Amino acid sequence: MNEFAGSQLIIEVIYLVASALFILSLKWMSSPTTARHGVWAGELGMLLAIAGTLLHHGIVDYKWIAVALVLGAIIGVPLGRVQMTAVPQRTALSHAFGALCVTLVGTAEFYLRTPDISRFMMAVLSMEVILGSLTFTGSLMAAGKLQEILPQRPLTYKGQNLVNFLLLAIAITIAVYLVLHPEARQLYPFMLVIALAFGVLLVIPIGGADMPTVISLLNAYAGLSAAAMGFVLNNKLLIVAGALDGSSGLILSVIMSKAMNRSFTNVLFGAFGQVAASTAAGGEAKTVRSATAEEAAAILSAANKVVVVPGYGMAVAQAQHKVRELYDSLSKRGVDVRFAIHPVAGRMPGHMNVLLAEADIPYDRLMDMEDINGDFPQTDVALVIGANDVTNPAARTDASSPIYGMPILDVDKAHTVMVIKRGMSPGFAGIDNPLYYLDNTLMLFGDAKAFVGSIVRELTGGSHS
Amino acid sequence: MNSSILINGLFIFMLAGFIGFEVIRRVSPLLHTPLMSLTNALDAIAVVGAIVLVGEHKSTLSAVLGTIAVVAATSNIVGGFLITDRMLKMFKSSRTTPKS
Repeated sequence: MNEFAGSQLIIEVIYLVASALFILSLKWMSSPTTARHGVWAGELGMLLAIAGTLLHHGIVDYKWIAVALVLGAIIGVPLGRVQMTAVPQRTALSHAFGALCVTLVGTAEFYLRTPDISRFMMAVLSMEVILGSLTFTGSLMAAGKLQEILPQRPLTYKGQNLVNFLLLAIAITIAVYLVLHPEARQLYPFMLVIALAFGVLLVIPIGGADMPTVISLLNAYAGLSAAAMGFVLNNKLLIVAGALDGSSGLILSVIMSKAMNRSFTNVLFGAFGQVAASTAAGGEAKTVRSATAEEAAAILSAANKVVVVPGYGMAVAQAQHKVRELYDSLSKRGVDVRFAIHPVAGRMPGHMNVLLAEADIPYDRLMDMEDINGDFPQTDVALVIGANDVTNPAARTDASSPIYGMPILDVDKAHTVMVIKRGMSPGFAGIDNPLYYLDNTLMLFGDAKAFVGSIVRELTGGSHS
Repeated sequence: MNSSILINGLFIFMLAGFIGFEVIRRVSPLLHTPLMSLTNALDAIAVVGAIVLVGEHKSTLSAVLGTIAVVAATSNIVGGFLITDRMLKMFKSSRTTPKS
């Protein structure tokens, strides 16, 4: 038994090193200058942990491990090469894979260990499996909605919350029964299936605009289920990784829910209150002022400070690269151009930053909402491209608005606001935007990519310097 | 399972949770997407549990479930690190000239 203790000790030491590397990995993510070191630290930690695990004394069969590792790598490579617009669904899919792994391991452990299992162990195992399976199906649903395989609009029916609550209650009841009577193994599949069904029903009523919150929440669940697995296997590295992932998901959920003006309890229980579909637009016909690309170019080139406000509509129109050209030509003329990024501008936390970085826009030009909002009164032109609700001043002023209280970008405080928009249709939440009727607002009607393109042509064709 | 193992686990969970909270709070919103894909890859460390399950081959069921679990987790590790690095390479500052 001496040899066994020796290899066990080596594994524990390797796991200790890997835990430190994982923490460093996240620490280095704090700044774009060190972030890539973070990836390397994570990779090294992962490699060490896997290599160390292979030393495990109980392992007798390496063939299937090798097959599975190779197969996983073959699936993983294309998932690492998806387009940047597809990163949210890729992330949701990987939450599903992670949760699948946890659920399968939990299931295998259940059948290996019962009926001789301690109550504490059975409780943690139930938690692992319930969280894992609801995250698995919930993430698949989220990925399907983001990929637009499934309808993006919320599917709701009467008594939905009650049905969901009952399902979860039944799953937990079975779990409690199994803790008290672990020999009742035939109940386990019911718990599993109900938790899987709960995951589906949890995400069905959630619309596309809420996806940043959902993905973050599923991230937190995935982390917690992995940590529970760490308790089951008495694996400290897994507890550390799960706790790190769980706190990351929790922090992002809170940031996203604040950005959508949803309460923290709303997020925790996954109750995403639906924004009332429409509000009665003011009775009187309101007038808007519109401008051509030529006029817009003239105003922009005369400005000192310009803030571009991109929304997901810009990404849908694939206008990022045209926006970069606009940034280049204005910068050449000495105009200070910055980008104001609302936390929910993309389909997942930080998504818009990635899309703009992909278009080669320097990251020090990308500003958070808190950092830029104070600067709008000194901004000559705020150019809104494909964003709507996050610029709606009604969120600040109109207590009857469904989005009242939601933090917004104060573009209306800029000297001139220009909004590129296809038409006057309301945004995702179906709410009229008073911004469009302000005296200092100019509407630029057209496709985002084409319109930005013609502004760039006006700017570059106008004068050669 | 004795209770000292439970307490040890809870201590580790609590401390790692606090560290995670403090470290991740400092991550710039600029990098929230790569952060999520990185934590996702790190979370796939669950693969070690699955590897042991496959290797020990205690029952056919556990070996089969374990094998699928290793495939799922490995795809997260490979895909997660790959895309995180791809995204981070795109973030360039205007003050420094792009390196690559």
